[in-house]
Amino acid sequence: MKHWTLHLALIAVLFSAQYWLSPYHATNLARIMVLAVFAMGYNLAFGYTGLLSLGHALLLSAGMYAAGLPAQLWGWSAGPAFIAGIVGGGLVAATLGLLALRTAGVSFMIVTLMFAQAGYLTLLYFAPVTGGDDGFALAPASRTLMGIDLSTDTPRFLTALAIFATGLLLSLALVRSFFGRTMVAMRENEERSRMLGYNPFTVKLAALTLSGLYAGAAGAAYAILFGYVGASFATIQYSILPMLYVLMGGAGTTLGPFLGALVMFALIEAATGLTTAHQFIVGAALVVLVLFAPKGVLGTIRERWVRWLP
Amino acid sequence: MAFGPFLLLALMEGLVTAAVLALAASGLSLVFGVMRVVNVAHGEFYMLGAVLAWAVTTMIPGPPALAFLAAVLIAPVLVAALAAAADGLILKRLNYDPEATIVATIGLLYILQQAALSLYGPNANPVTAPFEWRIQLPWFGYSGYKLFVVLAAGLVLLGLWLFMTRTKAGLVMRATQVDRSTAQAFGINVDRVYMGTFALGAGLAALAGVLIVPIQQAQYLMGHDPLLLSFIVVIIGGLGSLRGTLIAALVIGLSDGVISMFFTPTLAKILATLLVAMVLVFRPQGLFGARA
Repeated sequence: MKHWTLHLALIAVLFSAQYWLSPYHATNLARIMVLAVFAMGYNLAFGYTGLLSLGHALLLSAGMYAAGLPAQLWGWSAGPAFIAGIVGGGLVAATLGLLALRTAGVSFMIVTLMFAQAGYLTLLYFAPVTGGDDGFALAPASRTLMGIDLSTDTPRFLTALAIFATGLLLSLALVRSFFGRTMVAMRENEERSRMLGYNPFTVKLAALTLSGLYAGAAGAAYAILFGYVGASFATIQYSILPMLYVLMGGAGTTLGPFLGALVMFALIEAATGLTTAHQFIVGAALVVLVLFAPKGVLGTIRERWVRWLP
Repeated sequence: MAFGPFLLLALMEGLVTAAVLALAASGLSLVFGVMRVVNVAHGEFYMLGAVLAWAVTTMIPGPPALAFLAAVLIAPVLVAALAAAADGLILKRLNYDPEATIVATIGLLYILQQAALSLYGPNANPVTAPFEWRIQLPWFGYSGYKLFVVLAAGLVLLGLWLFMTRTKAGLVMRATQVDRSTAQAFGINVDRVYMGTFALGAGLAALAGVLIVPIQQAQYLMGHDPLLLSFIVVIIGGLGSLRGTLIAALVIGLSDGVISMFFTPTLAKILATLLVAMVLVFRPQGLFGARA
């Protein structure tokens, strides 16, 4: 019960944020929530199932283009485009998993990195359609849902919140379910779970596909809410960011991805006055986290004080 | 130009790519072979070599050949020292855990790239070649410096091979590669071997960067392509196998030269990347490696 209360309380606080945040910060929070959905997907693969992928940018951009291209070419509206984005992310993740899950550990990281790189180059190669690095802006018609213009402040914030809340509650239900525990079993000891009769390949494939559905939803939501689709979201940078968010907030915690995204945004925002060296902050955060706090913020809190944290 | 000479030019360009790639990739392969560490920041060591070469040659007055010689001697040593420090401060504390070191070297990549951008700037700067000498073939003239790069890379790799097979230090490194704990039981200071290996690997990448910089200008983002290509070479050649790395560098370099003459470079890169991913998926020991 307290799990659900905690998560619903967070959602309630975020809902109230639109009344006490400035429009600038509310837009940033909407962006953070969309990226947190991406990171939650990453967390399902990395934090719970132990799949350290370096190719999630491929899944994000799959969702983004699966939503953006039909909207651009055939004038799809926001609803169908969003669903297309989720499906696109899931399909690409399943295909990636069928190939990449034949490997494990370091090889899995390199294979996912290579596929993501190939995906990025493919987007560049078909630049006349995809817009390449410059990308394209979505037409206003594709950014309306049942007559509501999602490009204005309040609908955008509420849509981002709705997607985030759905993702968060689903992930809570998932990790507390039987299947969620099977995912953790893969992370903790694959051989032992195999002996207990589980098929590691199917469990990991399902986890990666779920992760892809989240990434696809985030990519599609980004395209629709912020009106931009571009190959820059397929670069290695967007594979590193969710990893950073998850490591910061705590791998294998349901609230960690959001907290990590929030902290990293705040860090970069706070440092903007001091320095323009954003990459340095990202790099230093990665090194410091992996050296001194490999469990992240919530992982450490769970270990020390609040044992029941999901 | 007729097809024959055109192909010859493509092959010669490919040979230069292959030579530089072999240097950089052998460093990556060495680090992976001995330490089991996938160094994502390897490309940045290459970039630092090039940028430092620019810094050294602009600071040292006198003939270009002398300034370049100084760069060849100084830049790799500085980069190797930096790598040794990174090993002691970061990698050693992680106990060389494969996944943690990848995350840490990604962080290192960002830090080094930002440092280069902040200190050196976003512009690309040229370095004068140590000598101006053109070889006049019947069909086209060709830069003598490029042939010098191939020769120099070949000599360095020969030296590396002799070092690994004929010296005590090389023996110690190979012993650590085969079995870390047994090596330790025989009194080998594994920590020092690791630090030396990481420094040597970074130094090789930096040397490749120094050699390429008169052909290709020094820029803070230049480490990206060599990193991916080195990965490709090391994987195709079999992770940790030096001989495989050499063969793969030749194959990849030459085919890169030929393919990018006749097709667009992007398509060539897509095909190469997919090929490598497939090799890792279906033949994880590499095309030449004996075992994983």
